[in-house]
Amino acid sequence: MVIDLAFIWAAIIAFAVLAYVILDGFDLGIGILFPLFPQKRHRDVMMNSVAPIWDGNETWLVLGGGGLMAVFPLAYATILPALYAPIIAMLLGLIFRGVAFEYRWRTKRAEWLWNWAFAGGSAVAALAQGIALGALVQGIPVENRAYAGGWWDWLTPFSIVTGLAVLIGYALLGATWLVMKTTGDLREKARRLSYLAAIGMLVAMGVVSLWTPFLEQLYLQRWFSWPTAIFSIVVPLLVLGCFLLLATGLRNQQDGRPFIAALGLFVLGYAGIGISFYPYIVPASLTIRDAAAPDESLGFLLVGALVLVPLILAYTSYAYWVFRGKVDPEEGYH
Amino acid sequence: MFEAFDATFLARIQFAFTVSFHIVFPAFSIGLASYLAVLEGLWLWRKKTVYLELFDFWKTIFALAFGMGVVSGIVMSYQFGTNWSVFSDKVGPIIGPLMGYEVLSAFFLEAGFLGIMLFGRNRVGPGLHFFATLMVAVGTLISATWILAANSWMQTPQGFAINEAGQFIPADWWAAIFNPSFPYRLVHMVIAAYLTTALVVGAVGGVHLLRRTAPLRAGTMFSMAMWMLTIVAPIQILAGDAHGLNTLEHQPVKVMAMEGHYQSHPEGAPLILFGLPNQEEQRVDYAVQIPKLSSLILKHSLDAPLAGLDTVPRELQPPVPVVFWSFRVMVGLGLAMLGLGLWSLYCRWRGSLYTSEWLHRAAIAMGPAGFAAVLAGWITTEVGRQPYTVYGHLLTADSVSPISAPAVGSSLVAFIIVYFLVFGAGTFYILRLMSRLPRDTTGDLGEGPIRSAGITPGPQTAMLHEGGRHGH
Ligand code: HDD
Ligand code: HEM
Ligand code: HEM
Repeated sequence: MVIDLAFIWAAIIAFAVLAYVILDGFDLGIGILFPLFPQKRHRDVMMNSVAPIWDGNETWLVLGGGGLMAVFPLAYATILPALYAPIIAMLLGLIFRGVAFEYRWRTKRAEWLWNWAFAGGSAVAALAQGIALGALVQGIPVENRAYAGGWWDWLTPFSIVTGLAVLIGYALLGATWLVMKTTGDLREKARRLSYLAAIGMLVAMGVVSLWTPFLEQLYLQRWFSWPTAIFSIVVPLLVLGCFLLLATGLRNQQDGRPFIAALGLFVLGYAGIGISFYPYIVPASLTIRDAAAPDESLGFLLVGALVLVPLILAYTSYAYWVFRGKVDPEEGYH
Repeated sequence: MFEAFDATFLARIQFAFTVSFHIVFPAFSIGLASYLAVLEGLWLWRKKTVYLELFDFWKTIFALAFGMGVVSGIVMSYQFGTNWSVFSDKVGPIIGPLMGYEVLSAFFLEAGFLGIMLFGRNRVGPGLHFFATLMVAVGTLISATWILAANSWMQTPQGFAINEAGQFIPADWWAAIFNPSFPYRLVHMVIAAYLTTALVVGAVGGVHLLRRTAPLRAGTMFSMAMWMLTIVAPIQILAGDAHGLNTLEHQPVKVMAMEGHYQSHPEGAPLILFGLPNQEEQRVDYAVQIPKLSSLILKHSLDAPLAGLDTVPRELQPPVPVVFWSFRVMVGLGLAMLGLGLWSLYCRWRGSLYTSEWLHRAAIAMGPAGFAAVLAGWITTEVGRQPYTVYGHLLTADSVSPISAPAVGSSLVAFIIVYFLVFGAGTFYILRLMSRLPRDTTGDLGEGPIRSAGITPGPQTAMLHEGGRHGH
């Protein structure tokens, strides 16, 4: 076989996960920031700024997870049991925040409850995703096609730090999204929060980046040996570039720019992880090829993906375009 | 506290619990999405306000139900990995791509256009808005197609080989997707969703006809629902019968359990109407039966021999009482639906469709029947294929993750608490929305008894958008 289907699929799954992280990242971020905006009129606008698109954003999670089962069944079957508790916590968090989009408008008496569900669910989901990421980076032991570690292996100081890093990162995405989509005092406040979150993100990225190479021999080699070390120099420079863009965008009132810069930060962080992982899919245990489904499965789904993913991107962009521009506080169907 | 239980048992309970909650929402949202498309189409075509008002009324309810379907569905797609990892590793190469196609061709479509359907009417214009509604409806049907292909493959697996790692690998995709039970299951399930929705819409129509607040809209939805029921209930019974014959061919043991046939009947098997299946003693106590009828139904001959569970080793038998009873609940409800449909037809013919209070009460009582029948049907199907996950090839006991009982047990408790709380609240909000149908905006029919006025739509003067849709 000239084209290696497993690697194409690794790229597609990586893309789906990235799409999930940045898209659901900003709408989870809105939830994380909810407690900082106590006024009802602000909250209504915040929610309406993502209400038409959150479901589409979350579908990338289904593609990332469900797709993994289709094309890397062994990775799916070992990562999920290894991350049992954080995954369940994430699912429960997503339930609470997902239903809040509708429930919140259906009751006056219990509105506070669903505000809380939205904020709490978003924060729990973000933390759980970050912890899961950290646990994955640390490595997952696999024997005889099964997870071979304990029930609490995912909980380490490192995974707590990555959990917080993701929480802060999503808050940054959410804050810059609000700068882009809203007006008036809401936007002002989001601008101030964006500065704070950006500083938090810079610190978090620094800590995680300095810590990661010391978790695994493999990562150390990647980061400090030629030619991959080029990335170790280039990526931090690009990160700083993004921060500059973000800060100037905030200062010069270019409302779209901070959000784009925050997206850039996520893409860079993600690329950094990708460089460390390759060619593993379950670090230090399973490579992309080990975990891949047979070519008949990969090829069959690839045909569909090549036709459908561009189509999905097209109508998703259309949906974003329909709801482009600043949110009108008077709009909304509720 | 969970050490006393076996992890496999807890994982099964967890799957059954979460999927049973999940299926309730698709059963409703598949039908409702199509109903919304019909309402919007009628509005664009006939320009009668009543259709637009009904669309807006049901749209809000749809948004709630759909949201609950989405969040409970995401749990399902991750649960294969957390609790059934061996199953996922082995079966992933076949059902994974089917579910992958479901995500790519259905979930994105639904989600992408849902936002436009709910929030975008003023931004995209009526034509595109209708298109969005259609895409959501089509998306739900595509979704059902793929997931039922996956489930049917587990019931009647075809087109696969097994590799050295013990994985099921595709040998012939066409055969795997169009496996023997798939067409029957797809038809039966989609009709079930339409029936479920028709019964709910009919019940809401019935409530408001009794209350007489909005006779025009209540009457319109009641009439539409009763047409659906009248036409589709008989089709469902025929489809169910065909489905059963297919099952007899491919999963005979399941049919033995449904029928309560512990013994083989070499010359014609009776149809056991009721009785108490006794798994220990392998017989049905207090059976009320009609001789030879089962052979007639299943084999179209009074004296055709039918094998019983005495030909199957005990450890390969499904739990008969569950299957026996759930099957009877489904069939009983199906017959009741047929009855309601025929009654409404009679009333329609007599001109009392909008005035017969007993018909309206019956429709209200039958409101939840679709959900009950869907659950009963799935329990028949899924419990009836035990002890296998992939029928005849992979045992349930060999599918489970190497997880410990406390981990599954705690997550099970968490799911139970959260589901009852969250979906309980959602159901309450839905019921409250349903009970708040504002008065008709068309003046002449607005109030009072409607016995004489009937339901002839008056001039559609007021194009007002109904007010209090907030539901507060
Ligand atoms: C016959 C139909 C049917 C059946 C048997 C199932 N589903 Fe479902 N599912 C749907 C029909 C559906 C739907 C109509 O497409 C949903 C229902 C709620 C919704 O309103 O969309 C949906 C939503 C839905 C979602 C969220 C999609 C999104 O993000 O938009 C996921 C991940 C799943 N389902 C996964 C599953 C899994 C893993 C199942 C098997 C155990 C399953 N569903 C059974
Ligand atoms: C949506 C409607 C469905 C319902 C209500 C339903 C119901 C159930 C029930 C009650 C069980 C437990 C049976 C037992 O353990 O005795 C079960 C098991 C299971 N079902 Fe389904 N099911 C549905 C759809 C599906 C679909 C679409 C799939 C796969 C594509 C599926 C895969 C499984 C698996 C893997 C198990 C676990 C193994 C087992 O306990 O048998 N189910 N289901
Ligand atoms: C009254 C006549 C009916 C008959 C004879 C009938 C027959 C059947 C049979 C034999 C099965 C099991 C098939 C298998 O597992 O292989 C089944 C499953 C099922 N039934 Fe029915 N059914 C009837 C009515 C209904 C009604 C009224 C509904 C819902 C509104 C319904 C919903 C379902 C569902 C959701 C399943 C599980 C999915 C499937 O296997 O198709 N059924 N039915």
